[in-house]
Amino acid sequence: METTGHPDKMFRNGLAEGRIILPKCRSCGKFHFFPRLVCPHCHAMEFAWHPVSGRGEIHTTTVVRQKPEHGGDYNICMVELEEGVRMMSRVEGLAPQEVKIGMVVTAYVGEAAGGAAVLCKPAEG
Amino acid sequence: MTNQLRGKAAIVGTGHAGFGEAHGLTAYEIMAQAALAALGDAGLKLNAVDGLFCTMMEDSMPALMAAEYLGIRPRFVEGTMTGGSSFVNYLTSATMALEAGLCDVALIVYGSNQRTASGKLVTVSRPPPYEAPYNPRYPISAYALAAARHMHEFGTTREQLADVAVAARGWAQQNPEAFERGPLTQEQVLSARMVCDPLSVRDCCLVTDGGGAVVLVRAERAKDFPKPPVYVLGSAAESAHRQISQMPDFTVTAARESGQRAFAAAGVKPADIDVVELYDAFTINTILFLEDLGFCKKGEGGTFVEGGRIAPGGVLPVNTNGGGLSCVHPGMYGIFTIIEAARQIRGDAPGLQIKDVNLALAHGNGGVLTSQVTAILGSAATL
Ligand SMILES: [Zn+2]
Repeated sequence: METTGHPDKMFRNGLAEGRIILPKCRSCGKFHFFPRLVCPHCHAMEFAWHPVSGRGEIHTTTVVRQKPEHGGDYNICMVELEEGVRMMSRVEGLAPQEVKIGMVVTAYVGEAAGGAAVLCKPAEG
Repeated sequence: MTNQLRGKAAIVGTGHAGFGEAHGLTAYEIMAQAALAALGDAGLKLNAVDGLFCTMMEDSMPALMAAEYLGIRPRFVEGTMTGGSSFVNYLTSATMALEAGLCDVALIVYGSNQRTASGKLVTVSRPPPYEAPYNPRYPISAYALAAARHMHEFGTTREQLADVAVAARGWAQQNPEAFERGPLTQEQVLSARMVCDPLSVRDCCLVTDGGGAVVLVRAERAKDFPKPPVYVLGSAAESAHRQISQMPDFTVTAARESGQRAFAAAGVKPADIDVVELYDAFTINTILFLEDLGFCKKGEGGTFVEGGRIAPGGVLPVNTNGGGLSCVHPGMYGIFTIIEAARQIRGDAPGLQIKDVNLALAHGNGGVLTSQVTAILGSAATL
């Protein structure tokens, strides 16, 4: 995919289409997140956008405690994708207390706060 | 700060106001009370202040609001907002401004009525766009994520986190100015209501009202004031990220760099420091900063704080006023690390006074382990 001058929009458009696409620096070859105009690793400004595999690992996690009448406890995690980037996310399909650091997960596009967002589920097999 | 600025400015007055609950007072009234207390301590009047260093949570131009409120027309105004570290950061800019002759009397000041006004942290910060959809509870979720990773990598335990809170309470119990002075055991911290795992409500700083201020002048005239001067020997900052999701390593803060530079500027090392005042917004902070500032190795902070080792009578006096965990935490705490460090050096600490304090470290944290600022303060003997 071609370089774009609108990295935030590029990422969000990807989510809207149900795809997680991230910028990879043409100069240093590293992915970064969140998408921006300047590579945070080497400050170059040319990127190619690639869909990620979705394979990732929980880097750290917490349970936000909330009264049941307000929706109950929920998970917040940092997922590290195999492309080498970390992003905030939430693990679905598992009690929030059961999410552990090092757990292998699959990142996918789901819904959070009424919009398309990267969520995670325990990897199968 | 480079060595050129070592000892060039000195704190000649400290003041505070509205600790705990300041019913009926506005944030600016608390700010003004603190300013007047610090100026009174220095034997100065408001009209002497020509440099103002201030930020607050109330407004987008708080330094200008403060100047107006105080009825002064400062010729040097500094309001850089790096969160709770701002005030330690101002030690650098105030020293520079004084040394350059841009002002003669620098007032660093803060005030907040967040507890009586709203009962929670007041902030104009907006949720970061790539985090907001997951509804993190700002700022505690961020610190919980860091604490969880530290526990995973180094085997740090909730008991060790609790020991930080218990130690802080131990100091607070000896400090009549501290807000929370009741008994607190490790078991009480562990069994307290969980907020964001692994942090319970007792791993969190207080939500109080309060204000604080310090007055600085050039070192050459610092001996002409009523209280013993406290010299700024070195101060340095580093900012690593803004959002917690961008923290490069969840177990290492930029205090490593700010600390190294502050120690180098002051020409001292961690073992030389007599008292340590750290921004303890959460119990994990104390552990991270003790490691990153070089008081122990990375990963050994949990062991370092165990069993009262940073409590009264322990091996290292840390947060001798009771800290943000038990003394006062009005949204931004950084100014109070300076005030307690300065008072320990002067010998008029409100609680337990450590004997023969010549060197004290004040460390500010801003955002979510974001901005780290370290200052080394010293008595006249350290010049
Ligand atoms: Zn690059």
